[in-house]
Amino acid sequence: MTINGWIQILVFCGIIILLVRPLGGYMTAIFNGERTLLSPVLGPVERGLYRLAGTAEQEEQHWSTYAVSMLLFNLLGFLLLYLILRLQGSLPINPTGMANVPPELAFNTAVSFVTNTNWQNYGGETTMSYLSQMLGLTVQNFLSAATGIALAMALIRAFARKSTRTVGNFWVDMTRGTLYLLLPICIVMTLVLVSLGMPQTLGASVDVTTLEGAKQTIAIGPVASQTAIKMLGTNGGGFFNANAAHPFENPNAISNLIQMVAIFSIGAALTNVFGRMVGNERQGWAIFAAMGTLFLVGVAVCYWAEAAGNPLIHALGIDGGNMEGKEARFGTALSALFAVITTSASCGAVNAMHDSFTALGGMIPLINMMLGEIIIGGVGAGFYGILMFVVIAIFVAGLMVGRTPEYLGKKIEAKEVKMAMLAVLCLPLAMLGFAAVAVVLPTGVSSIANAGPHGFSEILYAYTSAAANNGSAFGGLSGNTPWYNVTLGIAMLMGRFLVIVPALAIAGSVAAKKTVPVSAGTFPTDGPLFVGLLTGVIVIVGGLTFFPALALGPVVEHLAITAGETF
Amino acid sequence: MSKSRSASLLDARILWPAVGGAFRKLDPRSLIRNPVMFVVAVVSVLTTVLLVKDAIAGSGQLGFSFQIVLWLWFTLLFANFAEAVAEGRGKAQADALRRTRTETQAKLITDGGKAYRTVPGHSLKVGDVVLVEAGDIIPSDGEVIEGVASVNEAAITGESAPVIRESGGDRSAVTGGTEVLSDWIRVRITAAAGSTFIDRMISLVEGAERKKTPNEIALNILLAGMTLIFVLATVTIPSFASYAGGSIPVVVLVALFVTLIPTTIGALLSAIGIAGMDRLVRFNVLAMSGRAVEAAGDVDTLLLDKTGTITLGNRQATGFHPVEGISAEALADAAQLASFADETPEGRSIVVLAKEKYGLRGREMESLHATFVPFTAQTRMSGVDHDGHSIRKGAIDAITAQADPAAAAALREVRSIADGIARTGGTPLAVMRDGRLLGVIELKDIVKGGIHERFTELRRMGIRTVMITGDNPMTAAAIAAEAGVDDFLAQATPEDKLNLIRAEQAKGKLVAMCGDGTNDAPALAQSDVGVAMNTGTVAAREAGNMVDLDSDPTKLIEIVEIGKQLLMTRGALTTFSIANDVAKYFAIIPAMFLAFYPQLGALNVMGLATPESAILSAIIFNALIIVALIPLALKGVRYRPVGAGALLGRNLLIYGLGGLIVPFVGIKAIDLAVTALGLV
Repeated sequence: MTINGWIQILVFCGIIILLVRPLGGYMTAIFNGERTLLSPVLGPVERGLYRLAGTAEQEEQHWSTYAVSMLLFNLLGFLLLYLILRLQGSLPINPTGMANVPPELAFNTAVSFVTNTNWQNYGGETTMSYLSQMLGLTVQNFLSAATGIALAMALIRAFARKSTRTVGNFWVDMTRGTLYLLLPICIVMTLVLVSLGMPQTLGASVDVTTLEGAKQTIAIGPVASQTAIKMLGTNGGGFFNANAAHPFENPNAISNLIQMVAIFSIGAALTNVFGRMVGNERQGWAIFAAMGTLFLVGVAVCYWAEAAGNPLIHALGIDGGNMEGKEARFGTALSALFAVITTSASCGAVNAMHDSFTALGGMIPLINMMLGEIIIGGVGAGFYGILMFVVIAIFVAGLMVGRTPEYLGKKIEAKEVKMAMLAVLCLPLAMLGFAAVAVVLPTGVSSIANAGPHGFSEILYAYTSAAANNGSAFGGLSGNTPWYNVTLGIAMLMGRFLVIVPALAIAGSVAAKKTVPVSAGTFPTDGPLFVGLLTGVIVIVGGLTFFPALALGPVVEHLAITAGETF
Repeated sequence: MSKSRSASLLDARILWPAVGGAFRKLDPRSLIRNPVMFVVAVVSVLTTVLLVKDAIAGSGQLGFSFQIVLWLWFTLLFANFAEAVAEGRGKAQADALRRTRTETQAKLITDGGKAYRTVPGHSLKVGDVVLVEAGDIIPSDGEVIEGVASVNEAAITGESAPVIRESGGDRSAVTGGTEVLSDWIRVRITAAAGSTFIDRMISLVEGAERKKTPNEIALNILLAGMTLIFVLATVTIPSFASYAGGSIPVVVLVALFVTLIPTTIGALLSAIGIAGMDRLVRFNVLAMSGRAVEAAGDVDTLLLDKTGTITLGNRQATGFHPVEGISAEALADAAQLASFADETPEGRSIVVLAKEKYGLRGREMESLHATFVPFTAQTRMSGVDHDGHSIRKGAIDAITAQADPAAAAALREVRSIADGIARTGGTPLAVMRDGRLLGVIELKDIVKGGIHERFTELRRMGIRTVMITGDNPMTAAAIAAEAGVDDFLAQATPEDKLNLIRAEQAKGKLVAMCGDGTNDAPALAQSDVGVAMNTGTVAAREAGNMVDLDSDPTKLIEIVEIGKQLLMTRGALTTFSIANDVAKYFAIIPAMFLAFYPQLGALNVMGLATPESAILSAIIFNALIIVALIPLALKGVRYRPVGAGALLGRNLLIYGLGGLIVPFVGIKAIDLAVTALGLV
């Protein structure tokens, strides 16, 4: 580890901390329907859209109506994307002449983009037409992100309100999130990225003659616009197969920093939106602090492991950190930082190959996802995810102050506990369940590239990434097979909707409750004690479940390498 | 305070039957109530079957498997034992109560009240009127409609001093099974046989009517959810192991699973609930449901009647304030004379004060040829007439209206003294002899010693206290300030009380109060925790969700503490149980995978001797910790009024951090013992 490396890490953290309040304030204004800088321009558009959709700002929905609207909208989005992929060969804007996407892969890809996972069992530049990229994938990048934010807003509103039956209007939340938040930032970010050298064109690939005289086809396309939303919306699906490691998708250190900041910005700001809406910003900062603690520990371990390098290679007389699968322009610090960011948030973009990380370095991304991506997390998803842990933490420890546990004046009772447990339960079910089947099926094992514990980690990582809606791949696993296309698709659906619906149910139940006024007997949830408690519960309840699996994967691999053994 | 009516924690009379109870509770119908322990039972049966199969086939590590299976059953038995001990303590009380419930004969009044005939007590119906005379046992719960009698209620209160029961007013309720000592009363029966107060008490302390409380249900859901998560963590292991080319014996998987699921809290959960009710009963308070006990812990606002709770029962004279030209002694003398025949506590306190301060002895009324003029609502004064003089004491405006209007200076002076006294929370009484004002007697409410500290404590617990009084606002404010309550409701009518409760509840607060009169019934019913005094009316007792057998309103404070203790104990043991898992993973995981991944031996941070001893030690620790924590579950975690943050910090340190560390030490110690004894 170097001072330089740590300074880069701390600069990133500093920027995020500085962004939390201003962006949080702006988002609060948007979702409260207050006037903002953009209202004169976007206001008429917004109202026009409501008229078109037959809804109104003031129209509020019960949580179940909100949930049905969300599910219906996502179902339609899935069907549309599936059709575009299946028919892209006959559709326009296909200068490179890509063929129709086969059914299993189209299912996997459509689910992947609708659930904000962006797991890619395909190479973008060799599979997708520009129309599929722009109208299919990029549109879903916006909508899946907006869905996540809308859900978080419904839950936040529920805690801020009292004795009411409604949690907001899904259509209004979607419209505002897309129109005022995602689109404007993406437009600015796209221009900045283009100025840094990222391609943005509808022209076909370029054939060039290299210096050695060889012919090479260089893929280009509307890269910058897709990159902006892929990061801001924590989607992660790259235009190119190599994702953010590709020089056209991440030209230099500045574009790398912008992309990292974009991944965390909305998720981090949501904690502040929460604080503002419940009337105490410290409540938001407490959750942010718990996220931050877990994040910093992850970065430290990952960076340390990568910088320390591989003892087997050291034994050959080659010193230094682990540079396998890393871009020389990013080095160990920025590769480790990017890996932890992308798996803390449910982004899944990569600027280095996680498969090539050291055993412990690769374990950190795995753990981040196993916890359910609640460290900042996917836009919206991270926030409602961590609130599930808050409910459990408050319930377990809140009893110890001698009162029925309450959070922000809302009593946490049987219904909330049931729904939170349901949400927390579905992740190990999808991650461990599918992995357990895949590792004993010949069709599952035949896809892996490495023997021994590392191969196990590859399969575990795939299902973990899918169920957590991350989308990053460990690499090494050939996922484009019918088995993986279908099971990973199911894991993604479980990880998304089996969390969303219970979270909305909690929103409905919490909104209907009275708010108990704070007294000296109330357990304070805005101080360091709560941060420690929440962190502890996340690690023990969320993490311990995976201890056996981790022991058989990265842990044993690390111990073996230390002892000089390979598989 | 409370009379200990139950045996101490480790009484052989409770422990031995509990051992039998532990086996009886293996009945699946009783196990199913507790999801965690039911799962333990299922896997215990499963491993036992496998053990028998292996024994017949003569394969496997029989000795090791046998010990694991044995400890699995012990885990289950220990959990049952904890519940049986908790129930046993209630049963002992129920048996004592049952002995008092002997078959009685009742004198059923017939022919419009002229005569009675003797019928068996159990044949009485609600609405029947019975005559109960000295020496009779009251046949069933009822309300006195005529007469007054002294009643021995030792059967329910444990207090042998007789109490007065009379028709009308707030002392009209009588309880079946209690004995009339003197006089006679006519009682209208209000409870049918089998549903009397004592019957209810028996079933309550026995736990026969025990329903899961809301919080217990929520906790059970959490525990069931955790169990499911660990099902996933364990059932996927064989497949992962087979990928690595190894296999794991079922008995080892079961051992890992049982140590991971929250057995500690699962085993003790119902014992904690029963013990909470039991603590109240030993405190001579009967909760009609566990829900009420839990609600007590959540109380935000406490409504306390001033008289008897905050102040001593009655006002007492504390000073004589003469007007210009009259000596204090002369005033005291007149005041004493006026109060000789006054049998009210206030009157007696004036006599006593005059004697203490000025050495004025009591005099015989006859020798003074005095006639007593009693207090009436019209005159609002009392006094004596003797030797042609008249002395009167009474309310300021009543006396001054009759005083000589010529002495304007004295009039003004009396008024100013009276205002001064009222401002400090006292009650002024003017004294006049033959129309001439002598001065003012100061009567004061005496705030109970130590009550100020209690309220400070309550404030630290986050509970707001509101004093309810019929006094005028000025007096109420002064007493409120002296006692240290947060707020007061002066000149309170029953409607005011009800409205106050509704207003607090609308703000999301939980309200506790106690009351005894029929007019308290609506407020008792509206409040979240309504403690009815046992001396109160039937209506009040029906409306409340707790009954205080000692009729001591100060107990509300202890009731709140017991409620908090109950919730805290649950939270503490849940936290402890979950924190334990870390050590158990470190004990079992390396042992489990050692055969095919010897590198994982590095995770054996405790340095446990062999894989078998590691697994056995973990499961033994898991079982023994249940027994070790039974006393804590029954006694409850101590509540300290230090504010939620400090309390949580302290408990997290003890049960969270302690829960992390203790099993590391415990498992290591058991491993040493297991190895030394050569068990594996």
